[in-house]
Amino acid sequence: MTRSKEHNVGLMLAVFVVLYVFWLLMSACINPLNGHFSPVHIIAGIICAGIVTLLSHDLLITEEGEMTLAKTFRLIAYIPWELWQIFLANFDVAYRVLHPKMPIDPRIIEFDTTLRSDLALTTLANSITLTPGTITIDIDPGKGRFLVHAIAKKPADALLVDKTMINKVAYVYMEEA
Amino acid sequence: MFSIINIIATILIAGGAFFMVTGVLGLLRFPDFYTRLHATGKCDTLGEVLVIVGCMVYQGWSFITIKLFFLMFFIFLANPVGTHAIMKAAYLTGLKPWKKGEERR
Repeated sequence: MTRSKEHNVGLMLAVFVVLYVFWLLMSACINPLNGHFSPVHIIAGIICAGIVTLLSHDLLITEEGEMTLAKTFRLIAYIPWELWQIFLANFDVAYRVLHPKMPIDPRIIEFDTTLRSDLALTTLANSITLTPGTITIDIDPGKGRFLVHAIAKKPADALLVDKTMINKVAYVYMEEA
Repeated sequence: MFSIINIIATILIAGGAFFMVTGVLGLLRFPDFYTRLHATGKCDTLGEVLVIVGCMVYQGWSFITIKLFFLMFFIFLANPVGTHAIMKAAYLTGLKPWKKGEERR
């Protein structure tokens, strides 16, 4: 990806503004209600936001995609389901830890998906790691291939046979086969 | 002292502590590196989030609640990435995963 220099400066400025506004909100160094005003925090914010901008300005705002708004709404609809899965994951692991016989049977599985974009692959990888009994080891972005460590047969089958999560993520990013 | 908010907050924080303890037990009981990572990586997520939600309930509606909410958001993003990075590093260095029936390491 090569960008013109002007474009790059504009991008850095946008990232800096976002980061600095977030810093001002979080540090609460300007409070009009009680007249509180803290120059130390304001200057420290400029330095910190500047360093972060220099290091990672090309990460926050990337190339524009298509149908970003629709994808965002679909992602928001996906989050409650994901939270429920996280809840189940913890009870699953707690059960396996506390059970006297430790019902674990670890295995490594591999499967292909229809996903290609960075964001979709990252979302699925994070979702796999957060849900019951599976952790992503590696991804091959070109083929959409995932290498996953599963702690028992049941969570492995949930990925290989049911494919609920893969289909949900593909739906969110509109990358179905 | 014994208002409903205090009780709810106590239950949430105690639940979080329970999951953290379970994670530590898993770290001690599970047979190899990969399975131990399952215990710590997953129990931490819900444990920390329950503690934070407990603090949010206890604090009530204020600026700190929003800060805690952002903290929760970043934990949800950072925790799986960290777990994945550690596991990938172990896999690339050639550590063999434990199979059922083997000696524990």
